[in-house]
Amino acid sequence: MAEQNISEAKKHLIFKLDNNEFGIDINKITTIIEKDMNITRVPKLPAFLKGVINLRGEIIPVVSLRSRFGLAEDAYDEDTRIIIIKLDEFSAGIIVDSVAEVIELNEETTENIANITGEHSLDYITGVGKVNERIITLLNLEKLVSLEEG
Amino acid sequence: MDMSQYLEIFIEETREHLQILNQCLLQMEKNPDDTSMLNEVFRVAHTLKGMSGTMGFTRMSRLTHDMEDVLHALRNNEIKVSPQLIDLLFKCLDALEGYNAKVIETSTEGTDDNTELITALAELLKNRDTENVQKQAESKAPAAGTGGVVSSDLVLDQYDVNIINKAADMGNNTLQITVKLNKGCVLKSARAFIVFKTLERHAEIIKSEPKVQDIEDEQFDFEFTVIVLTKSDEDLLKKDLNSIAEVDDVIIKLIKEKNKNSTLPVAEVFTAIEQSQGMDADKKDTAARNEKNETAGKKTKTGKTVRVDIDRLDVLLNLVSELIIQKTRLEGLEGIERTQQHNEAIEYLERITTNLHDAVMKVRMVPVETVFNRFPRMIRDISKELGKEVELIMSGEETELDRTVIDEIGDPLIHLLRNSCDHGIESREERKSLGKPESGRIELKAYQDGNNVVIEVGDDGQGINVEKVKKKAIDRGLISKELAVNLSKKDTIDFLFKPSFSTADHITDLSGRGVGLDVVKTKIETLGGMVEVETELGSGSRFFIRLPLTLAIIQALLVMVGDEKYAIQLSSVHKITNILPSDIKTVQNQEVVMYRNTVIPVVRLDEVLEVPRENAQEQKTLTLVIVKKGERLTGFVVDRIIGQQEIVQKSLGRFFTGIKVITSATILGDGNVALILDVNALAN
Repeated sequence: MAEQNISEAKKHLIFKLDNNEFGIDINKITTIIEKDMNITRVPKLPAFLKGVINLRGEIIPVVSLRSRFGLAEDAYDEDTRIIIIKLDEFSAGIIVDSVAEVIELNEETTENIANITGEHSLDYITGVGKVNERIITLLNLEKLVSLEEG
Repeated sequence: MDMSQYLEIFIEETREHLQILNQCLLQMEKNPDDTSMLNEVFRVAHTLKGMSGTMGFTRMSRLTHDMEDVLHALRNNEIKVSPQLIDLLFKCLDALEGYNAKVIETSTEGTDDNTELITALAELLKNRDTENVQKQAESKAPAAGTGGVVSSDLVLDQYDVNIINKAADMGNNTLQITVKLNKGCVLKSARAFIVFKTLERHAEIIKSEPKVQDIEDEQFDFEFTVIVLTKSDEDLLKKDLNSIAEVDDVIIKLIKEKNKNSTLPVAEVFTAIEQSQGMDADKKDTAARNEKNETAGKKTKTGKTVRVDIDRLDVLLNLVSELIIQKTRLEGLEGIERTQQHNEAIEYLERITTNLHDAVMKVRMVPVETVFNRFPRMIRDISKELGKEVELIMSGEETELDRTVIDEIGDPLIHLLRNSCDHGIESREERKSLGKPESGRIELKAYQDGNNVVIEVGDDGQGINVEKVKKKAIDRGLISKELAVNLSKKDTIDFLFKPSFSTADHITDLSGRGVGLDVVKTKIETLGGMVEVETELGSGSRFFIRLPLTLAIIQALLVMVGDEKYAIQLSSVHKITNILPSDIKTVQNQEVVMYRNTVIPVVRLDEVLEVPRENAQEQKTLTLVIVKKGERLTGFVVDRIIGQQEIVQKSLGRFFTGIKVITSATILGDGNVALILDVNALAN
């Protein structure tokens, strides 16, 4: 049972996008890759879906968070990463500006979204974590990678 | 004990057993006198009872137990096979399937007791009691007799007696041990096995009743008797045996040493026993033997098999696919010196990977029987429901298809069969007045045709009224009246596969065809297959489903469109040709080109696929890939041909199911992903 108490303080991977910090539950992340591989464009897709990549023989769709959030597409640089997440037997990659660190967030430091309104569509947000004056937006991955527009 | 790890096996095996049950019941319905089927049904019910008991599914176990009782009575000729009985057994089968479905969903059997069925089963048995008092008295007496008498002495033959005598000479005691197991014991044979093992520590077992084979197969009631030779003490054995769980009682009898004197008196001693029990035991013995022969016959058919999780096969196939990708990459490597040896090695590698791929694909092949075998029941139910007489004739059940295809074709086939039953086959009266046999025929055929497997669903019903379909199409605004006049039969029938035709309200006008046929078509096409129809008004229709043998690895033509690579399935490529831009003419807003004196539509892939183009420049000649869809040709304009390659199809996942122009993707030798074009969708 002791383990469960610890796991309440969930580890989150923090990544940056347009100078905002976001967090993803680390248990949902398969791997992080550098954005050096070719993304194959797939026709007739909404713009935020960049296409597919080959990750060790598996074909995985890639979502651009920038265009998902309606931010300007900026050029990919050496910090750009693709975070590969796995949700119920289905994987997807999300393109982010850079990956920062892993932070533990527990319930006390996380706030429910009901109290927050923000610029990003609320649908994508599950909560907000506060660590040392930093505000970290926690994302709803299922919503993020679903095909529905905003 | 945690049973969850066995759950999957339980589900899978239950499904198989229920399938067997289904087939046997259908057979029984046709030939009520076929006792071999009865035995099989009994065996299945029994196994299911044991399995569900072990898993702690008491309701399931209860139902199968009661089924078993009825089947037992059937076997003893106490009751007769009647349509009501078969219906009831079918209902039980459905209930069991319900339980299994529940188990799949929730890992529990649910709370449905199916009390109606249980009372109905009990009712049947009660009827037997009142109707066949006499018969029952006859048949039950010996049954009770053997049941009770098993604990009495065994019949020994001369051979056994000799052994006993010899053993006695060596100072061994001969004991007859009867072990009674707890009535709640679920794994009887396992218990019996422990008893045997325990005995073998002290003694040598020379005879058992029932026979060891039958005990292993759980073909015994809750007790069995063995004769052992031992130097140990009677009490010690008794103590040991009593310590085994679920053993209710142990009766040990010493067989006297007078056996020693000579063989003759012993024979006399035992003749008495034989007489007391003789006839019944004999009868039982032969019955048991018959049964054993049957199961033995069954067993030889199955042969040696291993049950493997399909996921593991998928992993294996993926690895083989990776290997093929790497092989292709190796072939295409540039900048290395190609020597004779190098080429030989590559060729050898190619042969091996091809063989390996074939082997893995074969492992994944499943006979279509696994889909077909639920249809007889379905047709039976539908025809009863509709009050029509329909005969289903199946052939080619042994034709094999990839497991992934098998899993998907069930629904489309059900759809087609339902359609045939419901709208194809006319009512009994109508058939009579038309001079057709009263009973309608539906044929379900599977056979291999080159690299395809064809599944045919044909009926001898009324066929499709092409004129009505045409009228409907005009009413719906799908085609103008003028064009409709010259529309070929084939093109007209194609309307049936349009989604708008499947809306429910006008079905009757169309003699029903078209109900959800678009769904059937879409499904088959996602599997890389095709649907064709042949129909003759008044004499029936025939649907052909053409499916690729394997989905995973195909020969493809790689083409460049802009800076992007796309793959086109080679089997659908008809010809590649160069044309001048001026060859393309526009007719009714559709670009066309003349090819061998026919006009074929042209699709510019860069436009359809929205390929981004920087500084588009007019090319002097255009490369046209002509593809064939059924009998129809369509030309695709591409920028450049890369060449032919063996590619591994990879699913794009549910993420991209909405994209019509792409079927799947493949990984090229350089690690990049190329998309495989859906020729059918693009040609439309």
